[in-house]
Amino acid sequence: MSLLVFIEQRDGRVRSVSREALGEAARLAATLGGPVVGVCAAASDPGLAALGAAGADRVLLAVHPAFTLYDGAGYAKVVAAAAKVVQPQVVLFGASAMGRDLAPRVAGRLGLGLATDCTALAAEGGRLVATRPVYAGKAIQKVAFPGSPALASLRPKVFAPIARDGMSAAVEPLALDFDPAASRARVARVTAAGPGKVDVTEAEIVVSGGRGLKGPEHFHLIEELAEVLGASVGASRAVVDAGWRPHAEQVGQTGKTVSPKLYVAVGISGAIPHLAGMTSSRCIVAVNKDPEAPIFKVADYGIVGDLFEVVPALTDAVRKLHAHA
Amino acid sequence: MIQVVCVKQVPDTETRVKVAADGRTLDPSGVTWVLNPYDEFAIEQALRVRDQQGGGEIVAISLGGAGVPTALRNVLALGADRAIHLRTDLPAPDPLAVARALAAEIRALSPDLVWFGRQAVDDDQAQVGPILAELLDLPCATFVAAFALENRKATVERDFEGGREVIELTLPAVIAADKGLNEPRYASLKGIMAAKKKTIEEKPAELGETNLEVLALELPPARAAGRIVGQGAAAVPELVRVLREEAKVV
Repeated sequence: MSLLVFIEQRDGRVRSVSREALGEAARLAATLGGPVVGVCAAASDPGLAALGAAGADRVLLAVHPAFTLYDGAGYAKVVAAAAKVVQPQVVLFGASAMGRDLAPRVAGRLGLGLATDCTALAAEGGRLVATRPVYAGKAIQKVAFPGSPALASLRPKVFAPIARDGMSAAVEPLALDFDPAASRARVARVTAAGPGKVDVTEAEIVVSGGRGLKGPEHFHLIEELAEVLGASVGASRAVVDAGWRPHAEQVGQTGKTVSPKLYVAVGISGAIPHLAGMTSSRCIVAVNKDPEAPIFKVADYGIVGDLFEVVPALTDAVRKLHAHA
Repeated sequence: MIQVVCVKQVPDTETRVKVAADGRTLDPSGVTWVLNPYDEFAIEQALRVRDQQGGGEIVAISLGGAGVPTALRNVLALGADRAIHLRTDLPAPDPLAVARALAAEIRALSPDLVWFGRQAVDDDQAQVGPILAELLDLPCATFVAAFALENRKATVERDFEGGREVIELTLPAVIAADKGLNEPRYASLKGIMAAKKKTIEEKPAELGETNLEVLALELPPARAAGRIVGQGAAAVPELVRVLREEAKVV
């Protein structure tokens, strides 16, 4: 038996979701049996041998100049071809923007069931059982796979990578039986977000602002707190719908689901769709002037008070803490 | 130009989820059903394309049970020309089965554009659109936040972690719409009246085999009650202390 893991690269660097998926594959291999095989599409080798330390025993690499940028149809053919070669029991993807696009295409090509955005996997009686949030986290679904291989994508920041120091993966070429240049959908160009900007789904810490801020001109309070914490900025649906913040920052049922180690909710009352998107965070802090706000029911720590006083004081305190550290 | 818009009826996002007696599905009692919020962006963009093209047909398709005609009537009120209801009484068929049933129907329509919402906010799979694209061998873009059409070429934009991709697709193509793509319109009274005269054709959904077996639906473990560390800015030093010493997150 074997497990296949899609290795996601952008700009010639392997992304952390793939190390998380390799770590989970290595853990499953202890029960299901290995090896763990990676598959990567790229214009050149992004340093795949080093993934041995992350859990890969070998990696299949499909090289083509068109693979500098993501090509959904092309990458799907590469993963499907790798599955034919490897005959895995399980195929894993990171549920990143790329993985969320790619995994269903592979499922369609192979005609197999896929569980997306999983938060736990287990080998039960020799078969894979996937746990995944539904209704934006208001409920948890457990699914099994009648066909083989089982396909699953893994929510970012949930699965721990492993370190097998000194291990190296064998990198082997994977032949292409199609011309990626002939694709009918291609990424023409990429515009980068601000330098160093981390998406809320991948951030260790998220500071989110809501309607309590009273206007977009006060969001600098959120940005400043986020900066001293090394956090990404999130927003409630109300402020996104009001046009104060971009949709990419929206946390909740019609935005993004996040699981950071620290989530700070500022001026957010905690409507059900918002709570659904952030209650899987490890530690939740709420600042709100209303002691009855539902956000306090899920917060580990709360401050009842005027955010215009509390947030600058908190920013200042964290800055001093780091200055002394 | 023929456009197909695939929509789904889902529980309203304010719904408190209860598990049915079977332990595997949603208890539908007391649930308010709405059109999937992301589908509104798909419908709106299809309407704009029809306006831009100076005509063409928009066919709305939905797969599901007895409530589906209500959702389809809404889409007709917004301006779709006709609708197809692929009928099944299975509570939650898997995404591949749904895509196969849709593919059989959509192939026969030979559409230029097939629209989806980026995901349904019930099972949150975000799969049916891209699976359908593979089954029909069509180019596809998901999570689309900007769309432009010129001749037979669509240029779309899609966010990823750290940036935005600009993707060019040759029609026919499958597009899954994200929030931010446009500002969806409300149905007009005239539209609602006109929708009553439009047809909803019902056919059995050809779902085929099950590809994903739901073993259980459970409520997540409740978070332990937290505590209010204090009032106002005076509570900040205590908050920082507990974040550092108890939670160890700063």
